[in-house]
Amino acid sequence: MIYREAGEFKSSYQADQAILTIRQDRWFIWGLMAFAFLVIPAISSEYWLTTIMLPFLILGLAALGLNILTGYAGQLSLGTGGFMATGAFAAYKLATAFPELNIVIVILASGLITSGVGILFGVPSLRIKGFYLAVATLASQFFLIWMFNKFGWFTNYSASGVISAPPMSVFNEILVTGPHATPVAKYLFVLTLVVLLTLVAKNLVRSNIGREWMAVRDMDIAAEIIGIPMLSTKLKAFAVSSFYCGVAGALWAFLHTGSVEPLAFDVNRSFQVLFMVIIGGLGSIMGAFLGAGFIVLLPILLTNAPHWFGLNIAVDTISHIEFMVFGILIIFFLIVEPHGLARLWQITKEKLRLWPFPY
Amino acid sequence: MHIERDVFYIILASLALMVAIPWAAGMLSEDIFFEWPFFFEVAIGGLLAGVMYSLVALGFVLIFKASGVFNFAQGAMVLFSALTLVGLQEKGLPIWLAILATLAIMALLAYLIERLVLRPLVNQEHIILFMATIGITYFLDGFGQTLWGSEVKILDIGFSNQPGFYFGGKILINDFDLIAALIAGVLVVSLALFFQYTRIGRALRAVADDNQAALSVGIPLKHIWVIVWTVAGVVALVAGIMWGSKLGVQFSLALIALKALPVLILGGFTSVPGAIVGGLIIGAGEKLAEVFIAPLIGGGIEDWFAYMLALAFLVFRPQGLFGEKIIERV
Amino acid sequence: MFQRNIGDVILEVQGISLSFGAMRVLNNISFDIRQGEIRSIIGPNGAGKSSMLNVINGVYHPQEGTIIFQGERRAEMKVHEAAAQGIARTFQNIALFKGMSTLDNIMTGRNQMMKSNLLQQAIYWGKAQKEELKHRKVVEEIIDFLEIQAIRKTPVGRLPYGMQKRVELGRALAAEPEILLLDEPMAGMNVEEKEDMSRFVLDINDEFGTTIVLIEHDMGVVMDLSDRVVVLDYGVQLADGSPDEVRNNQAVIDAYLGVAH
Repeated sequence: MIYREAGEFKSSYQADQAILTIRQDRWFIWGLMAFAFLVIPAISSEYWLTTIMLPFLILGLAALGLNILTGYAGQLSLGTGGFMATGAFAAYKLATAFPELNIVIVILASGLITSGVGILFGVPSLRIKGFYLAVATLASQFFLIWMFNKFGWFTNYSASGVISAPPMSVFNEILVTGPHATPVAKYLFVLTLVVLLTLVAKNLVRSNIGREWMAVRDMDIAAEIIGIPMLSTKLKAFAVSSFYCGVAGALWAFLHTGSVEPLAFDVNRSFQVLFMVIIGGLGSIMGAFLGAGFIVLLPILLTNAPHWFGLNIAVDTISHIEFMVFGILIIFFLIVEPHGLARLWQITKEKLRLWPFPY
Repeated sequence: MHIERDVFYIILASLALMVAIPWAAGMLSEDIFFEWPFFFEVAIGGLLAGVMYSLVALGFVLIFKASGVFNFAQGAMVLFSALTLVGLQEKGLPIWLAILATLAIMALLAYLIERLVLRPLVNQEHIILFMATIGITYFLDGFGQTLWGSEVKILDIGFSNQPGFYFGGKILINDFDLIAALIAGVLVVSLALFFQYTRIGRALRAVADDNQAALSVGIPLKHIWVIVWTVAGVVALVAGIMWGSKLGVQFSLALIALKALPVLILGGFTSVPGAIVGGLIIGAGEKLAEVFIAPLIGGGIEDWFAYMLALAFLVFRPQGLFGEKIIERV
Repeated sequence: MFQRNIGDVILEVQGISLSFGAMRVLNNISFDIRQGEIRSIIGPNGAGKSSMLNVINGVYHPQEGTIIFQGERRAEMKVHEAAAQGIARTFQNIALFKGMSTLDNIMTGRNQMMKSNLLQQAIYWGKAQKEELKHRKVVEEIIDFLEIQAIRKTPVGRLPYGMQKRVELGRALAAEPEILLLDEPMAGMNVEEKEDMSRFVLDINDEFGTTIVLIEHDMGVVMDLSDRVVVLDYGVQLADGSPDEVRNNQAVIDAYLGVAH
């Protein structure tokens, strides 16, 4: 009987529409923020920050983007990788063409450019639905990657095709990209951006546009009859979703890998992010991050597990076994809880509200 | 078979464009070499490759029709069956025995998939089942390669792979492609007959229309699913043998499945003839575009051309060429 | 009998014919709807009643005939434009947004009046929040009116059938429509639920002056509620008039009871 809403009375609609209506939830989130901003940078090793926390946050952001499109607006997409690549290359072009631009502006602007591309590829969604649309989004995936590979303009005619992100800083002195940036600086920069953008996403889904997206998802023809314009609602979903994917792509290239290459955003990336959304929970903001955590940690676990048991297996066999286990886990998860980790979390909370009574 | 007038016009228009665009490109640009025998050579090569796409697409269609499952694992099944076949052959089995054994393994696989994946997920949303088949894809890719290794293997089933000259010695065609197309054709026709005239075929079509209703008139759903997945496994094996002996048995076979997707959206998810016609159009269109258009815009457009073509198609005909028109009621 | 406030013709259906392929669903239908009345459309299954509603709110485009709405001949319009013109409806087979709560479902009914843009909604605090609160207040009034306070935050997919029908009515009401189209609002309900729903329909008509077009199979309900009734049978208009006139019309009696040939 510790976690409950009983005894908390709301006297205004404003209080009832707050993001976290239960006191314990507020404490939890503030605690989590304090932990993420203060404790993690203090105790984590460089390895943890760079190989776990950064990919987790960035892919979580991409998953959030895809979840807006697929989980909230109901438009299945397999083009996430292409949109992330667009963000990465837009950021590279902006950063090299206007070296004096602030990194925050570069990243947000590349998000906006990706929005534009997303809208373009979202237009067919007016007529195409479901799996047909999913396959159609593959067109954007393959086309965009081909385009970045094929035209030298995107890589500033670099001979090797691999280009590195120029060093950039925030507040005039703290480097966040390039080889000399510290992992802590990178981590805090990404974390701040991710937290802010998550808040924005939460605001969107609890506002009118969020309801319009869900209406289109749940029953498009009824949504149209009550006056929700189909095309603009879907395009807004594509725009916002692509913005998030673009920002994630830019962050991935600039802050995580430090180099911009199309290979990092191939169709497997699209599937990876889709897995995060489904495992985490469709139509849940928290689910995007739960899913990202799961998918980022799982391979690390699988790679290291044989060593813990003292087994020595050839590297490529491990990668095959990893594939197998991954496949089995996906199926297992879908069978146990098709609505994802976010639903499990919700069930736990409902149980907690009643605790110690069974019901 | 009844063909809608629109569909007929669309096919006619695509044919016309397939001829007109390369010809125009040849006239207008110095970079493009265009001569009629060469054109036909490319077109026929494309059509024959298209038959192979159709083969993979066919596996998708069968499963989608019978269970509404968008089976992403079809490509993985192609790879897995080819790997198993080569693996068994390397163990010393004669080819016919290896094929029989692989067929048995594909049937077992179908049974396991029904028992362990589909049955627990029955009545879930389509996207959940779709994700589950991606899970199957990962499992099969990993399992096949763990079992049989991941190096490129040569699959020799005794067909010549020599190019020969046809039509008065003007057009060069690969013998192997001809044989493959022939086999695929026979397979398609026999499947069509199977579904049209056997009891199982009728039950399958009933399930495809409405699986609740089929269940209530006593058609055992789970048997039907096992049969369909087995048939899809057989189709995958045939495709695996064809592609495997052409390209070598390797991981990239699994990616062929992705190429079957535009074929599917072109032809419609539920249509066997759609899979055939779609495959032919995509195969020919892709090769023609690669030879006669790609040099103008940087080359290598095979990666995405099929998808863009399918996308353009969809905008005009959202249900695909032969798909059933979706009628929305309120 | 309380005083009815019936005004001028608000919508006029003139010679509407609609076909799907070779099937003629509506054949030269003409009637009018007056401001503030309860107008019923009745007829056996397959008579074309729902199709008629779909023509009125622009989902189907008839091959022949015109609709004159508020004095203007209506051009062919997009589906989502009907709501902007003040036409709201409920559906025969409930068309709620199943993943959303009762509250959110009814809030979607007010989408036409939400003016804040994407950026304002992203920031939320400020204009978007003020707007949310303003509309929330109206929606809460509707929730009180329909007596569904207890299910405010329940996802509608989990609600029983009768409650879903009520939420759907709430969503349509939230749009503050000129004309409310109700497609079998009482189908599948027990007597008590029907009484509740009838009371809501009468109250809406009485309190807000909303014009109501009602499709219903329960003749008792139709005859009690309606000011005027149109009878359709296989796409043909059999009769049009007051409940009493319709009740005594020979063609209607034949259609409902069957005639010996």
